Amino acid sequence: MIQRVGENTLHFETGPCLLSWASVAGKKESEGPLGGYFDVCHEDTALGGKSWEQAESHLQGESINVALQKASLEPEDMDFIFAGDLLNQCISSTFGLRDLQIPFLGQYGACSTMAQALGMAAVFVESGAARRAAAVTSSHFCSAERQFRMPLEYGGQRPPTAQWTATASGAIILGREGLGPVRVREVSFGRITDLGISDANNMGAAMAPAAASTILGYFRDTNTTPEDFDLILTGDLGRVGSDLLYTLLEKENVTIRQKHNDGGLMLYDREKQDVHAGASGCGCSASVLCSIILKEMEEKKLRKVLFAATGALMSPTSTQQGESIPGISHLIFLESGNP
Amino acid sequence: MQKNGSAPEKSVESQSEGGLKGPENPSAPKVTKEEYKTMAEKASPPSPFLKNALMAFLIGGAICCLGEVLAQMYMQGGIEEKSARALVSVTLVGISALLTAFGVYDNIARVAGAGTLVPITGFANSVVSPAMEFQSEGFITGMGAKMFIVAGPVLVYGISAAVLYGLILWIFRLA
Repeated sequence: MIQRVGENTLHFETGPCLLSWASVAGKKESEGPLGGYFDVCHEDTALGGKSWEQAESHLQGESINVALQKASLEPEDMDFIFAGDLLNQCISSTFGLRDLQIPFLGQYGACSTMAQALGMAAVFVESGAARRAAAVTSSHFCSAERQFRMPLEYGGQRPPTAQWTATASGAIILGREGLGPVRVREVSFGRITDLGISDANNMGAAMAPAAASTILGYFRDTNTTPEDFDLILTGDLGRVGSDLLYTLLEKENVTIRQKHNDGGLMLYDREKQDVHAGASGCGCSASVLCSIILKEMEEKKLRKVLFAATGALMSPTSTQQGESIPGISHLIFLESGNP
Repeated sequence: MQKNGSAPEKSVESQSEGGLKGPENPSAPKVTKEEYKTMAEKASPPSPFLKNALMAFLIGGAICCLGEVLAQMYMQGGIEEKSARALVSVTLVGISALLTAFGVYDNIARVAGAGTLVPITGFANSVVSPAMEFQSEGFITGMGAKMFIVAGPVLVYGISAAVLYGLILWIFRLA
């Protein structure tokens, strides 16, 4: 049963269960602080593919395959798959998943896609529309660079506010019945929020208002405070966006500093790996969630986690036309244990 | 004409706002765009101007010195100055293209910034890098079509300016 709570939150009575999850990472990501937590680490950035797009498709296909194996499931056991990435027409998802033959629903929420896909899968499972549904997203530094920025070998300088697109993928399989350690309790889909930032090299600043809006709305809807949770994980605000999120929330007398972390700040060692403000990309929040966070939830080190992924809903065309960058953030409340 | 003069204007305006406007988001941050712009500027660290300028000066200067060394060498080898200078450009472009192909140029440029962008080496890099990048879309629609995606504007406005200045010069000489 799904119940609407407050303005915009969906409360799940049973709560779909996370049957399994998997994360796949590229070379730079594997060398970062979370290297030991990923299921698969790749040395070759091209993953043996002929193009960067093929490499990213492979990442995504691999992460869902590993997740299926972990849950001892076959593709035919799945009723739906919600998948997305950053590339035009979501080709990493369609090409990476076409052989699976699972009913497919492509998602686009920029870097927030994992929360969007997971939220959709949770609603489908909780409502009874699906026995099992999967959520998977990916991003690849090289395919994103050539679509959104400059050719890889072009010699340019990045400003300190720029973020580094992660080469990674994460997948989660949800089921109605199961004894998985973690459940989706609540989902809050966000509204498009735009406070006029138009600098594509400062996505953190563009997305922070959306995160603030969704997090604040969730606390209001559910009458909770940051103290009720062990972790509030945003992704991928990076350093600049995280600081702005604190400031925006503190204006509303909500302090999350002690409880907050950001996928974009966790994936790399920002100083040593030269990634400026942090990581970004659909694969960033997905791989951080599907590695260290869910592992710690499984081990009960974390019990209540708010996963609020954020996305910058622009395109190279809109940026060139001088439009501002609309942000979005969707929130998922995950709880471990079977209370 | 006068009667519908203001009506279309209004509809254009509402279209640019995205048509229908929903209710106010009750949990939206209570800051104006102007306030947020100031907040964002405050939170965003500026580029390290002095360091960037110094590195650009050193590495850009080194490239120019290399050019001069090459010119002297060519002239020592018995090539007249005008041809030697042209050969320097060809050599620098060649080196830059090679370094780009081996994936070294962007690493130097990350530190050097304008130091590698402004000399002719930057132009070579801006042609070679998209040529490499878009090879996966084929030699015609990929490499051929996208080769000048970065350098194109430099060519368009460079050549236009040359034509304009040439015309001015021509007119003055006529007079």
